[in-house]
Amino acid sequence: MAAPKIIVVGGGLAGLAAVIKIAEAGGNVDLFSIVPVKRSHSVCAQGGINAAKNLKGEGDTTDKHFDDTIYGGDFLANQTPVKAMCEAAPGIIDLLDRMGVPFNRTPEGLLDFRRFGGTLYHRTAFAGATTGQQLLYALDEQVRRYESEGKVQKYEGWEFLSAVIDTAGVARGICAMDLRTMEVRTFAADAIIMATGGIGAIFGKSTNSVVCTGSAQSALYQQGVYYANGEFIQVHPTSIPGEDKLRLMSESARGEGGRVWVPRTLGDKRPAKSIPEGDRWYFLEEWYPKYGNLVPRDVATRAIHKVVYEHGLGIDGQPMVYLDLTHIDRETLNRKLEGILEIYEKFVGDDPREVPMKIFPGMHYTMGGLWVDFNQMTNIPGIFAAGEAEYQYHGANRLGANSLVSCIYGGFQSGPNALAYAKSLPAQQGDGGHAAELTRQKGLNQLLLSNQGTENPFKLWRELGDTMSKNVTVVRINKNIETTEAKIEELLERYKKVNLSDRSQWANTSFAFARQLYNMLELSKVVAIGARLRDESRGAHFKPDFPERNDEQFLKTTKASFVNGAPKIEYEDVDTSLIKPRPRKY
Amino acid sequence: MAEKTIQLEVKRQASPNAEAVWEKFELEWRPGMNVTSALMEIAANPVDASGKETTPVTYDSNCLEEICGSCAMVINGKARMACSALIDQLEQPIRVQPLTKFPVVRDLAVDRSVLFENLKAVKAWVPVDGTYDLGSGPRVFPQQQEASYPLSNCISCTICMEVCPQFNEATGFVGAATIAQTKLFNAHPTGKVYKEDRLRALAGDGGVQECGFAQNCVEACPKQLPLTEAISDVSRDVLIQKAKDFLRA
Repeated sequence: MAAPKIIVVGGGLAGLAAVIKIAEAGGNVDLFSIVPVKRSHSVCAQGGINAAKNLKGEGDTTDKHFDDTIYGGDFLANQTPVKAMCEAAPGIIDLLDRMGVPFNRTPEGLLDFRRFGGTLYHRTAFAGATTGQQLLYALDEQVRRYESEGKVQKYEGWEFLSAVIDTAGVARGICAMDLRTMEVRTFAADAIIMATGGIGAIFGKSTNSVVCTGSAQSALYQQGVYYANGEFIQVHPTSIPGEDKLRLMSESARGEGGRVWVPRTLGDKRPAKSIPEGDRWYFLEEWYPKYGNLVPRDVATRAIHKVVYEHGLGIDGQPMVYLDLTHIDRETLNRKLEGILEIYEKFVGDDPREVPMKIFPGMHYTMGGLWVDFNQMTNIPGIFAAGEAEYQYHGANRLGANSLVSCIYGGFQSGPNALAYAKSLPAQQGDGGHAAELTRQKGLNQLLLSNQGTENPFKLWRELGDTMSKNVTVVRINKNIETTEAKIEELLERYKKVNLSDRSQWANTSFAFARQLYNMLELSKVVAIGARLRDESRGAHFKPDFPERNDEQFLKTTKASFVNGAPKIEYEDVDTSLIKPRPRKY
Repeated sequence: MAEKTIQLEVKRQASPNAEAVWEKFELEWRPGMNVTSALMEIAANPVDASGKETTPVTYDSNCLEEICGSCAMVINGKARMACSALIDQLEQPIRVQPLTKFPVVRDLAVDRSVLFENLKAVKAWVPVDGTYDLGSGPRVFPQQQEASYPLSNCISCTICMEVCPQFNEATGFVGAATIAQTKLFNAHPTGKVYKEDRLRALAGDGGVQECGFAQNCVEACPKQLPLTEAISDVSRDVLIQKAKDFLRA
C-alpha cells in the first residue's frame, strides 16, 4: 500500500507543525495556502509563547500553567487536552530553540522569560516582540527542507473551497481554486487537516491579516462540520485604531512594565508626559491590585470600555486610553520590544519611547472554531483541524502567549493522528464524490460570474463588519444582536445581487473575495446567534443583562450545525474532570 | 468637490503578456490612509478619475503592518511596502507600479518565488535530528542572539533584490536576502554543519562575487537588516572556502 496522502490546508504555525510531523513519519503531504506560507498570519504574533520552564526560580509548574489557562478561559475549555498541551509546552520550546529561533537570552545563555496576562509567573519565552514571525520562520524552514527532499508538495496561491465527501460521509479530499488561473479542481487525500486560522474579517477591522476570513471553516460548517463556541471572540485591550485595520500592540508592552492610564479630568489638554502622577488614573492597577495591568484580556478590555464609555474619560473625549512605556529606559525597550515600537512609530508617527501610546480594544482572536474531538478530528471522518481554526484550548478567553503553543501543539497532534486514521481507512467507493463536488463548485462560480445586479461585495463586507463590531464584540445586548441578525439576512439577500466589476479569469481577487464573503455571512450568523442564546457572562462573552456566569445552564460547549440554511444550536457538556470550576475573580 | 481628495495613478496590466497602462484615480481623503487602504477603497468603488468604471486592482497584501512581506511595490519611484506608505507623507499624484525585476502576474502582483528557491539552494534551515523531545537547545549568549536576531527579521519582501543594480538576468545574482540568511544559519551552533555547502552554493556565477557594493539594499530594506555587513562577511567566508577547496583538490 502506498503511503497515505494527507492534505494540510493553511501554512501558519499549526499547518506547518502538522506538515513537519507527517513528513517526519514518512507520510506524503500536500500543503495548500492562499499566500506563500512564510506570509501567513502567525507572523503577526508578537509577545511570546508560554511554557512552564520555571527558569526564574519561582516554582512554576505545568500544573499551574494548566490551572491559569482553565481559569483564564472561565472553565469552558475541555480540561484533558489543555492539560496535555501545558505538559507538552516546555518540550515545544526546546524544539523551537533547537530549530534556531532567536529567543532572548539571560546572561548565562539560557532562555529568558517574561510575564504575560493572567498569570503571576514569568512563563513567556520571546524573541524580541516578533515571536510569531520567528516561530513561523523556523517551521517554514523545516518545511522547506522537507520540500527540497520531495516529501512535501506546496500549493501556494490556492484557496480551499470545500471538502470532497463520499456517499458514506467520509472525507476523500478537497476542492480548491488556483488564485491565478482561477482553475477549480479536486485533490484526493486520505485525510485533511484544516489549519486556516481566525475569522477576524467578519468584524471588518481587526488585528487579523487579510486572509483571516473564516471562509474555509464556514464552507465546512455548511458541509456538516460542527462549529463550536462561535460566540467567543477575543477583543484585545491594546490595539492601534487604524483606517484599514487595528494594529496589535502586544501584551508584552505591559509584561515589560507598560502602564495603562487616562487623565483624571476629561479634556485635560496637557501633553501626556507633563501630567503629574496625581492627575493620572491607573485604573487597572487600582481595580485589580494583584494582577494590575496584566489582568486577562477580556477583563482589561471591559475596564477600558468602562473608563471610556461609562466614566467618559477617553483621551480628548475619544475612544482611546494611554499605554505608557516612557518610564522604561530606551535600551531595555529596544532589546525587548523594538518590533512593536517600530509599528507604532511607523503607523502613528510618535515615538512610544518618548510619548505614551494611544490605544483602544480591537477584535483579535477566535476562541471558537471547528468542533474537534480529543484527537483533533471533526465530526466528519477524515477532516481534522488545528490552531485558531478549531475551538479546543482556550475556553471563553485565551491567555496571552497561549495561542502559539496551542497552534504548534494542535498541529503536532493532528499530523500523526491524521496519519494513523488514514492508514486504516477503507478504500473509497467509486470516485469518492470528486466529480460531484467539482460540479457543485464550478456551478457556484458560474452563478457568481453571470450575476447581474448592483451590489459591490466590498461594500457589503464593510456593512457586515460594522454591525458585527458594534453589536457582537465587547458588550452584548440581545435586542442589538437581533438587529445584527436581521442585518446579516439583509446582506445575504443583497448578496444575490452581487455584481462583479471584474469577470476575468486571471488573478481575479474580487471574484475570490466574493466567494469568501458568502461564507463570512453564513459564519457571522453562527457567532451572532450563539451570542444571543448564551444568556450569561463568561470570559470574553459579556451581557450586562446577565452579568453572572451561569454554570448550571451554560457550562457547555456551543455546537452549531447547518440545518436548512441556518445555524441549529445545541450544547455539549464540558470536561471538568481535573479542576473543579470556581468563581473567576482577578 | 469640496472634500479633500487624493490623486493616485496605478500601472495596470491585465496579464503577464498584456500591455501595461496607467490608470488615474481620485479618492476621498481620510486621516491615516496608506497605499493599501487606498487600493481597498478602489475595490469598493472601482471607478477611475474620469468616472469610468474599471476593475479592482490586483495586488498582494496580508498583514498590513509590515511584517508579512507581501505588499512590496514601487511607489513614487521607490521600492517599499505599500501598507506603511502613508498617503500624507507622499507627494501627489502618487504613482504606484509593480516591482520591476520580477514577472508581473497582474497589475501590482508579481512572482517573487525565486527568493524561496534561492533559500533552498543555500539550505537556509537548521538540520534538527527530529521533532521528538531531545532536551534543550544549545546555549546561546545574549550577544550572539543580538547579532542573529536582526538577520532573522528578514520578511522576504525582495526589495533588496529590486533595488540592486546587479540583480538581473545577466548576472543571475541571488541578492542580499539570501546572503544574509546564509550568514544567519552559518552562525548557528547547529546550522553551521552545512556551512561549507552554503558557501560553495554562493561561490559560483550568481553568487556573492556579483555584488557591486552599490549599497542600495541596506538603504531600502524596510527592516533595516545589516545587509552589506552580511555580504562582506559571507564574501570573506566564500573566499576562504574557495582557497580551502583549492588546496584540498
